Amino acid sequence: MAAMTREETEALIQEVLEVYPEKAKADRAKHLAINDQSLEKSNKCITSNRKSLPGVMTIRGCAYAGSKGVVWGPIKDMIHISHGPVGCGQYSRAGRRNYYVGTTGVNTFGTMNFTSDFTEKDIVFGGDKKLAKCIDEIELLFPLNKGISIQSECPIGLIGDDIEAVSKVKNKEHNKTIVPVRCEGFRGVSQSLGHHIANDAIRDWVLENRDGDESFPTTPYDVAVIGDYNIGGDAWASRTLLEEMGLRVVAQWSGDGTIAEIEKTPKVKLNLIHCYRSMNYIARHMEEKYNIPWIEYNFFGPTKIAESLRRIAAHFDDTIKEGAERVIKRYEAEYEAVIAKYKPRLEGKRVMLYIGGLRPRHVIGAYEDLGMEVVGTGYEFGHNDDYDRTIKEMGNATLLYDDVTGYEFEEFVKRVQPDLVGSGIKEKYIFQKMGVPFRQMHSWDYSGPYHGYDGFAIFARDMDMTINNPCWKSFKAPWKTEATESEPVKAVA
Amino acid sequence: MPSVMLRKREDGKLLFYIAKKDLEETIESLEFDSPNRWGGEVVLGDGSKYYFEPMDTPPKIPMTLQAKRLSE
Ligand code: SF4
Repeated sequence: MAAMTREETEALIQEVLEVYPEKAKADRAKHLAINDQSLEKSNKCITSNRKSLPGVMTIRGCAYAGSKGVVWGPIKDMIHISHGPVGCGQYSRAGRRNYYVGTTGVNTFGTMNFTSDFTEKDIVFGGDKKLAKCIDEIELLFPLNKGISIQSECPIGLIGDDIEAVSKVKNKEHNKTIVPVRCEGFRGVSQSLGHHIANDAIRDWVLENRDGDESFPTTPYDVAVIGDYNIGGDAWASRTLLEEMGLRVVAQWSGDGTIAEIEKTPKVKLNLIHCYRSMNYIARHMEEKYNIPWIEYNFFGPTKIAESLRRIAAHFDDTIKEGAERVIKRYEAEYEAVIAKYKPRLEGKRVMLYIGGLRPRHVIGAYEDLGMEVVGTGYEFGHNDDYDRTIKEMGNATLLYDDVTGYEFEEFVKRVQPDLVGSGIKEKYIFQKMGVPFRQMHSWDYSGPYHGYDGFAIFARDMDMTINNPCWKSFKAPWKTEATESEPVKAVA
Repeated sequence: MPSVMLRKREDGKLLFYIAKKDLEETIESLEFDSPNRWGGEVVLGDGSKYYFEPMDTPPKIPMTLQAKRLSE
């Protein structure tokens, strides 16, 4: 199918909206838009970060997911208590594949699930005592933990428990960082507020722990990688590039990260933000309080990597600038080979994306490096500033959909007929059953890393393996597809 | 009275950011911008207007300040 014109896209949106009742239609219309590169600001064309409509199938998560699952969870040497009923923590346990090194259960706790396991009794009489007991037990069983965070689930806010008081008492008793996080699932419209709450908790309870302590030897090349969750090893693939160009990575937020790294971050010279949506808050705070500048970067695909390395290097002296050129040169043969191998197989393929808060725009460059085209994209929980950053990345007249509903997404895919859909696990099986090749782009479909030059090779292989998989040709029963071809055979017989 | 975070962009332009509203705009004009008087009416890139209580010395940017929204 050729690229759609503006009018066709407009007609498609109208047609999809047709099934909604008047009020819902008016609301949803504001979240669907046609990209127009001439716009500077997204608020002229799309509304985002609003409450989802009751009755439609939204794909969003909750604030607890944003705090425990995304920001805090990967800090490996802390224990994160899912405070409340057992389900929230257990069903999300280790699902995000934040890799780390360490001995699980001894000095790292990433894939374990700790919960206060609320029952009816705790809801009726309050759970503070149980939480206190929980913390004591953790101290007894896992003495090598470096701190505890309390991740509130919905009931905690509803029954009005005072987790801050418990934290303060236990902090004195055990002399450990204990962080109460008020990230009850019902707060905000999506997981996005959970990120913000988690950032604020880090700011209030952890970040200033080492203020005034100058014992940590610094260098002029200290940086922190912020908003890389090491999914499938992403942060490692990024870190090697930064180190190779001569920088010293002091902290990883928060994939494979530790609380000590977080406490040292205020001493760095530059903060590098990958996931802008989930961690821009803390970067802005550090800029104001500690005068640390921050920049956004993008390590998906060689074009964007080279661009980012140069932008990062521009903040440092010539040794780093040369370092950046050296790194780009060193990997050139490698990524050229990847492109030479996969581009002929993927050229011209069209992709539709619907992901969280960063990748809908960040991975576009990587697809383009492979000759592919992104024809529709949208965020689960992006804000206006995310769409501002997306407009220029997307082609004209392509589709933008915010907080897309299950129904809309299916209809768009049916009509646009992309060669690949990249979205989450809830969408995966629907589209595969429709016969559309699909990649789960939240935790890389059990693959990864996708960041950095090493990641790009894996990304290219995965996309090829999915799109050119022979199974897509076997979708129709042979007696249905080959009806025309088998006619003459019959006649001969 | 929203809290506004001010920061300098790489190209030297001032950015005006209100977290609660996801508003991130460039400052196009500032009524008083001299070493001994700073603040007053600001016009943003999208045309909206805000007002900073004028100060005797310019603030050290980045900084969070209170601003008043002016209706057009
Ligand atoms: S919305 Fe509430 S109950 Fe549901 S997963 Fe989130 S915290 Fe748990």
